[in-house]
Order: sequence, then structure tokens, then C-alpha cells
Amino acid sequence: MRNTFARTLAELAEHDPRILLLTGDLGYMALEPFSEKWPGRFLNVGVAEQNMVGLATGLAEAGFLPFLYSIVTFAALRPYEFIRNGPVLHQLPVRIIGMGGGFEYGSAGPTHHGLEDVGVMRLQPGLTVVAPADYPQARTALLATWDLPGPVYYRLGKDDKTVIPSLEGRFELGRTQTIREGKDLLLIAMGNISQQVVLAAEELASQGVNCTVLVVASLNPSPLEDLKATLSQFRLALTIEAHYVVGGVGSLVSEVVAEQGLNCRIIRCGVKTTPDGVSGSEKFYYQKHGLNHEALVETALLALSEVRS
Amino acid sequence: MSGDNLTLSSNQIRRIILNQSKRANVGHIGSALSIADIIATLYGEVLQIPHPGDPERERFILSKGHASLAVYAAFYLKGWLTKEELNTYCSDGSLLGVHPEHCLAGIDFSTGSLGQGLSMATGAALAARFQGSPRRTFALLSDAECNEGSSWEAIMFAAHHRLSKLIAIIDLNGQQALGYTEEILSLSPMAERWRAFGWRVYEVDGHNVAEMKATIAHLDTTSGPPHVLIAHTVFGKGVSYMERQIKWHYWPMSDAEYQQALDEVGA
Repeated sequence: MRNTFARTLAELAEHDPRILLLTGDLGYMALEPFSEKWPGRFLNVGVAEQNMVGLATGLAEAGFLPFLYSIVTFAALRPYEFIRNGPVLHQLPVRIIGMGGGFEYGSAGPTHHGLEDVGVMRLQPGLTVVAPADYPQARTALLATWDLPGPVYYRLGKDDKTVIPSLEGRFELGRTQTIREGKDLLLIAMGNISQQVVLAAEELASQGVNCTVLVVASLNPSPLEDLKATLSQFRLALTIEAHYVVGGVGSLVSEVVAEQGLNCRIIRCGVKTTPDGVSGSEKFYYQKHGLNHEALVETALLALSEVRS
Repeated sequence: MSGDNLTLSSNQIRRIILNQSKRANVGHIGSALSIADIIATLYGEVLQIPHPGDPERERFILSKGHASLAVYAAFYLKGWLTKEELNTYCSDGSLLGVHPEHCLAGIDFSTGSLGQGLSMATGAALAARFQGSPRRTFALLSDAECNEGSSWEAIMFAAHHRLSKLIAIIDLNGQQALGYTEEILSLSPMAERWRAFGWRVYEVDGHNVAEMKATIAHLDTTSGPPHVLIAHTVFGKGVSYMERQIKWHYWPMSDAEYQQALDEVGA
């Protein structure tokens, strides 16, 4: 998604001189499509993310559209209060790109794992929160939101190759995207872990369990009506995210079920434990936290048996 | 609204600070009195603001937002606020809270969380550079605000990019909420620290309007590093029993204290 992001932003910059790209000294072999085309509108501010957000607040007040780039934890968490008191409080069009949601920076360790960004960003009213599932959706999402009047947080991934089947780059603010339909179970995914969810749905189908799979890429505004309509057709749904189970799509879906009084049990599949210092790849962490497709199938079958009994 | 740079009276600002603090029964009086002369200098002599909504207006960020009452006083004296509006300070439903909010015409940026204002000011100065504008950006910081590491991120950035139209002013009163800065977290030598970070440094008497006006008028804002005025001030300036006294960071005045303060300021 990151090359797609840089290329798409470079295209948009051709038509809108307000666009600037600032990085906190990250984005090697990623941001060049923009930085080489628009060197005068690209700025490495150094390893100083708080200042990057403060700068963007000042730039946006004067009419610019600053995009800020860093790894999820440094983009969202380090300058969180600056985001709150700057772009959010002033409702200015600052765009924050958090790169590598979930365990994408696997062996870099827990300081680089983005596991609570959607939760903390979703807390801020007036902050649009977008978490695409693959690179075509990331492009559509950027094209749909780049010139919104208020601030936006994008949770992007490094993968510019994987395509989620049937998603076809669809994105709409405040909507979900259905990528598979079945009547036995509902799977709701956020981000690039959707790939595991698709594999799990295929395996479940081979065992006679037909799933509907929804992708939630618009976390704020919430896709309330779509979620309500789909959840009301099921007695059981799994939410799947490379994120702590608190604050992300599992929380969002649970809020909809509770507030709408729907009769659907929610199983939140996500990260539930604090880091233990054991290192590994994204795949390793998915397995560790029961988020690989094999574990998701097991969780689904167990939950179905409980609901049916 | 007036486009003129009216000369503002520091003592009028002080009287308004006392009146409004007493009416609303709130503190932060000493901090506001500390910057009364700096605010009189900026809004009376320096800032080019044809009207608060002008995109080419010079920007001012009160990074030490808790002293906002001094700014409201200047707005009133410039005719940007009516008496009725000023009298809503700290009332329910007012835009005039303890800390400045950008929703109020004339306030460029909301502040209140220390260590954020200089970054926003630096962004504003960078925006002016990108736009080829001659407008200057001013930020007023407290000395204790330099405890915040984020302030130094902005200090480094502004110097590296030689933002010559950025002018910071430090209200060096030597006090913070719970004590004296030298006892809590030493900032000395303040001027050398800024100089070491690449800024052009000027030490001034923060209660001498003529000196501050002249210093700012002689700044070369066409090129070179950013500027910082280290303004030596007295916390609570103008009211003898408040001067250099820690409790007047938060304390409200009794009736007798209010009367004495008015007498000393010259109501």
C-alpha cells in the first residue's frame, strides 16, 4: 500500500498545490515517487514526530494539505496529544499516515507493532479513520478522502502485491464491503489480515460452513447502517484484526450490536496479551495470537458448536 | 475593528486582568501580569493585523496559554471585543476561557498544553515561506515551558531551516506552578541554550515596551536564523504582594487584595 500511496499522492499533487508530504525520517524505498517528483513539497523533519504534527497544524491553518508519514506507533502514539490539540481541535485538514498496522514490522519487536492505533484514533471525534485491506482499496480510499475538510488517519500496510479477492478496490466512507456471501457465519475483517480471513472462509466452506465476509475500512465514520443490516441476519459473528481487541473493529461491531439491540454473539479475534519479548515474523505473531487462518477456522467451528448447542 | 496599530497601555491591560480575575474569581493572575508589557508591545506596536480574519495577518501564538487574559485585554483595547464580551471571561458559554481558543476571532491557535505552541508557530512560519509571504510569526513561551522536550524539537527545526521570520519571546520570570524554575528544573543559561541551538538571541527587559519595540523593529527577518527575545520579567509585575510569589500562579484575590492591587496599578 505504501508505494501505491506515494504514487497516488504524487498524482494528486499535480492538481493541488496545497499538498505537502512530511516524514519523520522514514519511508526509504517507499516515498520516492513523491519526493523525486515534488522535492520542494517534500520535507524530512527529522526524528521528531510531535514537532511534525505541530508543523502540520501551522501549515494547514495557512491553507496547506500536509500528509505526515511514519510507522504506526510513531505516527499515532508519540504525538497523540499534538494530534488531539492540533488537527482535531482546530478541525484542520492534516493527514496522518501510520505505516505497518498490526505485526507488519514483526521482528522489529513490540515498539514497532501497531496494535492500538485504530482504538486511540477512533476516540477523537471529527477524525476520519481509514484502514484499507489491500493496495487497490488504499488507492480508492485515498482518492475518496484526501481533500476532506477535517483531519484523517490512514492505517496503511507495506504490501503492494496482495489483492483481496472480490474487494476490487471498493471503498466508501461509512460503508462496509462484502467480499463473500454465506448464511452460516459472519466474518468481519479490518486491514490486511483480511487475507487470512478469506483463506479461513474458503476452508470453512470446504467443511460445509458458508460465511459472509465483510471488510471494514471506514472506522470513522462508522459503517453503522451496513453493519446493522448484516449483523441482524446472523446469530454469530467473528471480528478479526491485527489490533488489540479493545478499540478496533471488534469494539466497533460490539457497540453496534449492543446499541441496536441485535441478537448476534460477537467473538473478537485480536491481540489480548501484553508483549512478552519473543520475536518473530508477522506470520509467527498471527499464529501466536490465534489470527492465522487455521486458528480462525478452529475458533469459528468451536463458536458455532456453542451457539448451536 | 481597527487596522491601526494602536499603542496599548500596559497598565490598562493590568487593570483588566485584575478586574476580570476578580469578577470571575480565578487565578493565573501573576502569569498574566508578567506578560502585560509584552502583549502591549506586540498588539500595540508590532503585529500587523488589518483584521483578525485576514489570511495575510501576522500570526501570534500564546504558547503559555494560561495567561490568555492579557490577550483578551488587548483585544478589548483594540476594539476586537466588546465590554460585554470581555465580561464573559470564564463564564458558562463564553469563548473566553482561561486558555485561548481559536474559535474566538483574533486567536490563531488554541493552546493550553505547554510545549505545543512553538511547533505550530514554526509551521505557520514555514507556511509563510512556502507562500512567499513577508508576514512574521510570533510565539510567546513561558520559561518553564522549555522543560518540555517538544519545544526543543521546534527550536532545532526552525534553526535548521533558518526561519528568519519566526520570532519567539520567552517570558523569563523564573517561576512555574509549584516553585522557582532554578529549583525545579534548571534552564540556565537560557540565552546560551538557544544560541547553541542556532537562534539569534536578544536579552531584553520584558517590562520595557520601548526597548522591546526597538529590538523587534531592528530584527533582520529577510534571511538567517530565527530570533528569540529572552524577556526578563517579574512574575506578578505591578502588584507588590504578588511579585515573585508562587501562590499567585493559582490564587484568586480577596476583596482587600483586589483593592490594594488596583491602587498599586493605578486604577
